[in-house]
Amino acid sequence: MSLQKPLMRGLLAKRLRFHVPIAFALSMLAAVGWKYGVTEPRKKAYAEFYKHYDATKEFTSMREAGVFESVRPTGK
Amino acid sequence: MMLRLTAGRVGSLVARRAAVALTTSSARMASHGHEVSEAVDMSKPMYWDRREIPLPDKRYKDILTPADKSLKEKEKGPWGQLSNEEKLALYRLSFCQTYPEMNQSSSEWKTVVAGVLYCIGLTGLVIIWQTAYVSPPAPRTFDAEWQAKQVKRMLDMRVSPIEGFAAQWDYEKGQWK
Repeated sequence: MSLQKPLMRGLLAKRLRFHVPIAFALSMLAAVGWKYGVTEPRKKAYAEFYKHYDATKEFTSMREAGVFESVRPTGK
Repeated sequence: MMLRLTAGRVGSLVARRAAVALTTSSARMASHGHEVSEAVDMSKPMYWDRREIPLPDKRYKDILTPADKSLKEKEKGPWGQLSNEEKLALYRLSFCQTYPEMNQSSSEWKTVVAGVLYCIGLTGLVIIWQTAYVSPPAPRTFDAEWQAKQVKRMLDMRVSPIEGFAAQWDYEKGQWK
């Protein structure tokens, strides 16, 4: 006659009330972290790269190095 | 009576069947004169100490002593008249282990981890021996000279020039950044 009756109902609800907000918070943190840690720097890197990109110069140096099959280096 | 197997029971069932089969056959083999141990009849209700089965299909103790029988008779009356020891005795008639006893952790994991690491170590030794005595010579693409030419070609092609491979190379100075 001394033991308390244990909780019989609402066990899943109780667990969800505790774990779902934490899961939500962690997911939001992960998303925000990814956005500002990865995607924004990546966008900036691409913008920087193409700001002063000279396609012709790059093509010529690649051609001289001999990596193309359609054009030989100048002078061949 | 239908043979009922739920997923939860299969694991220990297999272990128990295997244990029973092994002990039975070894008992038979080792001692011709002795009795063969009883095989478990899986078609009858069985008792399980499992977390997911709070009320197993049958009582734990099948064979009741006269004292147990009289206790069972007393159980049919008002339970307020049972003393605490009698209640515990009735519990132990119906169940083998309590939940805390069932759930108690063991140090088995240490043995398991040790065994796993040992096997991985052995495998490592086997692989070392294999690379020395079994594997054919590496292809020419693994030579240092070939690898250097490969890196140069990748840089010439501007592989991943924004964030990747060629981005780490300084084209003006001709060295890694």
